[in-house]
Amino acid sequence: MSKYRDNPKAVQALVREDRVHRDVYLSDEIFELEMRHLWRSTWIYVGHDSQVPLTGDYYTTEIARQPVIMLRDNDGAVRVLMNRCAHKGAQLVSARSGHCEGGLLRCPYHGWTYRLDGSVRTIPIKSGYDGTALAQTQSARGVVPVANVENYRGFVFARFSERGPGFREYFGDSLSSIDNMVDRAPEGRLEVAGGTLRYMHDCNWKMFVENLNDTMHPMVSHESAAGTAKKLWAGKPDEEPKPMAIEQFLPFVNGYEFFDKMGVRIYENGHSYTGVKFSIHSQYSAIGEYEQLMEKVYGAERAQRILGEVRHNTVYYPSLTIKGAIQAIRVARPIAADRTLIESWTFRLAGAPDTLLQRTVLYSRLINAPTSVVGHDDRHCYRAIQDGLTADGNDWVSLHRNHTESERDGIAGVHAGLSEVSMRGQYRAWAKFLTEDMAGGAAQ
Amino acid sequence: MYDEARLIDEKRFDEWYELFADDGRYWMPLTRGQPDGENHTSLLYEDKLLLKVRIERLKNPRSFSQHQPSFCQHMLQRPQLVETDAVAGRYTLRTPFVYVESQLDTQLVLAGVVGHRLAVRDGALRIELKKVELVNCDAALPSIQLFP
Repeated sequence: MSKYRDNPKAVQALVREDRVHRDVYLSDEIFELEMRHLWRSTWIYVGHDSQVPLTGDYYTTEIARQPVIMLRDNDGAVRVLMNRCAHKGAQLVSARSGHCEGGLLRCPYHGWTYRLDGSVRTIPIKSGYDGTALAQTQSARGVVPVANVENYRGFVFARFSERGPGFREYFGDSLSSIDNMVDRAPEGRLEVAGGTLRYMHDCNWKMFVENLNDTMHPMVSHESAAGTAKKLWAGKPDEEPKPMAIEQFLPFVNGYEFFDKMGVRIYENGHSYTGVKFSIHSQYSAIGEYEQLMEKVYGAERAQRILGEVRHNTVYYPSLTIKGAIQAIRVARPIAADRTLIESWTFRLAGAPDTLLQRTVLYSRLINAPTSVVGHDDRHCYRAIQDGLTADGNDWVSLHRNHTESERDGIAGVHAGLSEVSMRGQYRAWAKFLTEDMAGGAAQ
Repeated sequence: MYDEARLIDEKRFDEWYELFADDGRYWMPLTRGQPDGENHTSLLYEDKLLLKVRIERLKNPRSFSQHQPSFCQHMLQRPQLVETDAVAGRYTLRTPFVYVESQLDTQLVLAGVVGHRLAVRDGALRIELKKVELVNCDAALPSIQLFP
């Protein structure tokens, strides 16, 4: 029985200005609709173009549970194709990454081959299709390309649906966080480096995404991890250099005032970042050699402006979260209402000393790995919500913190860091893109 | 090798910690043949300070992910001595293993090879490097909370 399908009113009723109904996390039907509408009509992060540097290089992933291939075409453009043979549907490539031999995709089952734009090149014994209606079908046209693909400074996004906002319209000025991350490279370019952490979560994808700008949790959830690091370091003489790991752990147990003053900037369509004025990454030891290099490339003033922008997490709703200040990203890949894969990728700043890569690699390991003591408590809390919300007696999740009536007129702008406004913004986008596309679909 | 695994399985982590040399490392690479732990992310690349953070955290009553505690069991194959430097007092061992970590109704099974580089320090055998190479190091893994 369907309660929400093609019923935009019922979906919209799950989101109030200052709270959301538990079904947004628990309902399998809502999850299906999210994958069908929200994750198809918005711009989803696919991968980074440095993963496919050469013509014919490919990378495979699953987006909204659809298998896709990201590859480098002959003209140098990065394309995204559905990973499905036009004939009987086999995935054309099964490795996570590789190279298309001879510049062609070749199905492992019956040997149909395709050009890198997905068009059919050869079909074995093609005469067998003479006089058939194959030519009138998608199967003759080839592999289905994803309708809209945008490569923004190396970050490849796709919008699966024909309908939906344009790329710039959707992300707006939130792209400044990607700009800052790329500008931090002396050569103005990022390269994926340092490995991919794949951490399976037994919770709804939104718990993870919401948590990225949840500034009320670190001092509570991470007291045992960061607080222990702080305690172990306490009493060391001032002149003893702080190991990078300690520098990275300590700010997690900063007080409420710190996180409040840090500020959060809200953009339209669910995007936001914390760390408007400073962040947990602000107090890392300077890397002199790198800063000098930046000044040489950009000039002192611009270099200072780039390095002075030390944003915490930027959420590119719904799929991508980035930490420009340490060139790391986390990608949400929803699998089921209560199952989400979180991938962490790190980058080398082209032209920068290895210390920068070592810093992001260390951060990712300490904070984002399946073995992370910070990650353990986050994941525990997400699952605790997933289980806790099944309790009857209160169907609603509170997002009231710092809510004011004036938000009705718009929420874009800077807010107090401890506000839950980023989540309220996410649910505005959620309800909008979940039902806009749904209503359109229903009208057809 | 057997004693070391037993200390972990019996959660005698403070005693286990003492087995490591002061500059000892506990490393679980993220990829096969990973050359180092500095320029590439690992699952674990702990010096003694980070190892201490883990051990002390487990004693913290606010380690929420351990309110329902995890338990683990190592199953070790017979260790193979692959390199001996009697003069330097240094030994390298290779031990295939199966590791089970459970938390109430969930159970995680990992397998792989653990390499130990041991050295005589101040008259006692200490771990310079414990390197755990998981057969599925690149898999999407749930939380691993104890010490494979």
